Amino acid sequence: MWFGRFGGQFVPETLIEPLKELEEAYRRLRDDEEFNSTLSRYLRDWAGRPTPLYYAERLTKKLGGAKIYIKREDLLHGGAHKTNNAIGQALLAKSMGKTRLIAETGAGQHGVATAMAGALLGMEVDIYMGSEDVERQKMNVFRMELLGAHVIPVQSGSKTLKDAINEALRNWVASFENSHYLIGSVVGPHPYPIIVRDFQSVIGKEVRKQILEAEALLPDAIIACVGGGSNAIGIFYPFVKDEVRLIGVEAGGKGLRTGLHAASLNAGELGVFHGMLSYFLQDEEGQIMPTHSISAGLDYPGVGPEHADLKESGRAEYVTVADGEALRAFHELSRTEGIIPALESAHAVAYAMKLAPEMKGDEIIIINLSGRGDKDLDIVRGIGNV
Amino acid sequence: MFERGSIIPYITAGDPSVEKTLRFMFAVEEFAGAIELGIPFSDPIADGKTIQESHERALRNGFRLENVFKILSTFKRESETPVVLMTYYNPIFRTGVKEFIARARESGADGILVVDLPVGHSREFLDGARREGIKTVFLAAPNTPDKRLVEIDRAATGFVYLISLYGTTGARKELPESVFEFVKRARMLCSNRLAVGFGVSRRGHVEELLDVGADGVIVGSALIRIITEKEKPIEALKEKMKELAGLI
Repeated sequence: MWFGRFGGQFVPETLIEPLKELEEAYRRLRDDEEFNSTLSRYLRDWAGRPTPLYYAERLTKKLGGAKIYIKREDLLHGGAHKTNNAIGQALLAKSMGKTRLIAETGAGQHGVATAMAGALLGMEVDIYMGSEDVERQKMNVFRMELLGAHVIPVQSGSKTLKDAINEALRNWVASFENSHYLIGSVVGPHPYPIIVRDFQSVIGKEVRKQILEAEALLPDAIIACVGGGSNAIGIFYPFVKDEVRLIGVEAGGKGLRTGLHAASLNAGELGVFHGMLSYFLQDEEGQIMPTHSISAGLDYPGVGPEHADLKESGRAEYVTVADGEALRAFHELSRTEGIIPALESAHAVAYAMKLAPEMKGDEIIIINLSGRGDKDLDIVRGIGNV
Repeated sequence: MFERGSIIPYITAGDPSVEKTLRFMFAVEEFAGAIELGIPFSDPIADGKTIQESHERALRNGFRLENVFKILSTFKRESETPVVLMTYYNPIFRTGVKEFIARARESGADGILVVDLPVGHSREFLDGARREGIKTVFLAAPNTPDKRLVEIDRAATGFVYLISLYGTTGARKELPESVFEFVKRARMLCSNRLAVGFGVSRRGHVEELLDVGADGVIVGSALIRIITEKEKPIEALKEKMKELAGLI
């Protein structure tokens, strides 16, 4: 239940039993052969795993430093790493006898992944999405609806991801008997941060094999963007015990000093929210603050408890990248490698572009490219070239 | 903490202002066995629309924690009605558990209920409350197993707050049948006073719940609606409290 002093299960009493039921079901299934072979089959034949680890030669030469490899989660079915967790949890829910999935979504990627998994397994799907995000991610709303999901715009609070989670929790308290709340990141009360981490760890496990095949070496640094932190923990976790720098990149928004960002590990304070003890952007009286990022998927005022622990123990480093830098990286990767990254993932690319020139030519950086940028084209077009 | 058969009204601190909150508290006091004073939170996940909007209004109007302590101390100078603070955990955690409980006691609070602090995580809170002599109130839900219900009852020194239904706060026309079984079960297992809340809005509900063994009944959203919708909320609140108490 705890990662160091972080995590826990800070929820209203009604949710204690459903969480216990989930924990028990997961404990039963995580080592179950049939469950795992079904999951592997779907990940391979339906979702397209393993995703490639690509040597970005042109970007490497241009930056003139470390060798840059890119883990291509953007090529996963659905266009982002979210599918790994969605199909895993949907199978778990189905085996628990649940008939309906509820989920929150920010950028819409987790909503799309849940809608896909729901369609695949014949489950009803309701997606909660802040009305502001519904507006800025129209194409994903349409995709979810095409997949048979029902998208519910959330009008309360800041009308973004945190409010979508609030509303999903409110619904789950009333519907847990037939519904599973399919959380999309390594956040929330125990056992969610563990379940989501385990399903996302497939990324890091593949990377380990792939880099050993390609270079016969482990990488020197792994870089991933961090909102709630699911793609980052997914690639970090299998390397936690190795001598590999793990670098999480938070959304610096318009700059930490402006207050308009989503960097809870860099600028947040300890708090208890959404069921967990972790770092949150909040005022001095514990009210949760509005956040800002150019990427809706990083626009969350908290972070998963395992990242809080990795930061506190010093095992991982957490840095920030501002909107403008992410946007430049978005264009750079598109032009140099022919890969249009999600704005979330562009934060990781941006930091790699800073770090690589400071490293030696025989050193290796791996970027987790958590998603593709198609969903962000409207936003980028609206801003113009930089 | 309150007499058997009590109505326990819920009022949000600072909605729409400190002065109005005090007037509402004095308006409901006559027919209240205790008052629940809610601390507004940016993200009240256990609350339905009515109380969410109430919290939002209070925060928009500049609510600060010092306001709730001011409301408490002013009210307590003129009233002996017990007041229980109802809050989410983060404002307590951020203030410091010890410091928050001390300030609550200095302002005259009788008890504290933390919506998202389950018994298993509440050691520091329980220690602080014991030291300051503040009563603790814990939630229990219809799906809380017997063993856990006993644990909750042991941790509570004020009363046990029975959640009547699966869902968030908010007035309902009918109470679910399952609540009556739940109250009877809690009656058998708990030694504290039992108050039932969530969805309760009418005298009929109150009678049904008292009949099966509840000691008190908590009414929130129905009163908040009066505060926001009625032209003369003070009179309307008094009227509603009278009705709930069975005096009309």
